[in-house]
Amino acid sequence: MSGSRPYTLVAELTYACPLRCVYCSNPVDYGRHADALDTDAWLKVLRDAEDLGVVQLNLTGGEPLLRKDLEALVAEAERLQLYTNLITSGIPATRERLARLRDLGLDNVQISVQDVTAAGADRIAGRHTFERKLRVARWVKELGLPLTLNIVLHRENLGHVEEMIAFAEALDADRLELANTQYLGWALVNRSALLPTAEQLAEAREHAAAARERLKGRMEILFVTPDYYVERPKACMDGWGRRFLLVSPDGLVLPCHLAHTLPGLTWESVRQRPLADIWRDSEALNAFRGEAWMPEPCRSCDRRTVDFGGCRCQAYHLTGSAAATDPTCSLAPHHGLIEAARREAQSAPREPAAAASALLPEASALVYRSARLHPAGE
Amino acid sequence: MMPQEARPRLAPKVRLRLDQKTNRYLLLYPEKGMQLNPTAADIVQLCTGEHTVAEIISRLAEKYSSQPREVIEREVLSFLDALSERALVRTEP
Repeated sequence: MSGSRPYTLVAELTYACPLRCVYCSNPVDYGRHADALDTDAWLKVLRDAEDLGVVQLNLTGGEPLLRKDLEALVAEAERLQLYTNLITSGIPATRERLARLRDLGLDNVQISVQDVTAAGADRIAGRHTFERKLRVARWVKELGLPLTLNIVLHRENLGHVEEMIAFAEALDADRLELANTQYLGWALVNRSALLPTAEQLAEAREHAAAARERLKGRMEILFVTPDYYVERPKACMDGWGRRFLLVSPDGLVLPCHLAHTLPGLTWESVRQRPLADIWRDSEALNAFRGEAWMPEPCRSCDRRTVDFGGCRCQAYHLTGSAAATDPTCSLAPHHGLIEAARREAQSAPREPAAAASALLPEASALVYRSARLHPAGE
Repeated sequence: MMPQEARPRLAPKVRLRLDQKTNRYLLLYPEKGMQLNPTAADIVQLCTGEHTVAEIISRLAEKYSSQPREVIEREVLSFLDALSERALVRTEP
């Protein structure tokens, strides 16, 4: 089993970030992974990826703007005709640097916004950053760059979806991603504080659908349901090691953001072996390609070529086995874990536990992203 | 439906490139891409803001003269509408 053609390279340039979001998709032990690729190594990754068929490049992290060589990467991506999307907190941006990146060929800027009020946003990000983000989003539009706003949804802000849409309209965003938290990484640590109820979700989804119709042709609006409220699992990353290729800050070639948290798999680095060889031959990448690894009920399921058995990381982090059927599937043997989490969300109070102590993690119910929680060598 | 005198232009968030693997044109935009068949690629390449919808239809009708003009017209209009609904093309005022 070898890899099909990848279309998208997710380049995680660094795990460093000025924010401490409680649902960060970086691994909980990111402090163990150093930035190990220099500019030349990343340039080679871009060239090798394009050679494999990659046409989309997500420059992400952590915070990609912390890399001083971002300009060189964007210029090379332009030479390779890659569609380049900068996925950023916005915090370290300057107007001058954004203009420079635009001139070098950057195609889209995606800024994360945590909520529509400074208090709500800063509580989730663990820093006072809301006003700064607003200013950066305005620069992006003033410079003529396409703007995507990405707002991660959870029980504390799902009631603000109408205001989020108005906020995106006021900024003249080209695309609004209303993406529910997926409960992996830091979000799994904070699940009981973040998981919404089915009613909250349904209401938010209706607002998003109405706005999508109203703003058709002007703003693209995406509403991503959390895996915990689907009947059948989603095709995580469009299937393991199929269309997405991710390179971590330490150079590992991965199928997704968290695959290096799965035990028993050895991930290979672009520092040791050419990208094309790893993509084709890596035992870890081949471990969950195709159908041979699938247990029942996936193995005989009609949807096995649609959802590919769902998310391997979710399977492992909830059941202890990466080869289990994704528990979000209602047919999965471990689906009871999801039902229990939903029941817990149903009976939890609607108001945040410690909203008054917004930026004091020790007094709040939230665990903020930190490299110190799992320091190197722990 | 897009009026005949409108001048469609690709939205700033869109990039058109030839795919080396398939030799087809790809329309790329945030998180997504669309493989274009040769006719669709011809239409998109004319979405520069200079040509009216009517001109695009004429150009295509000329190039694919074995096809009835009505068929070409219908195809061009429905494709441009699909692109416009997804905010991939805009029309010049």
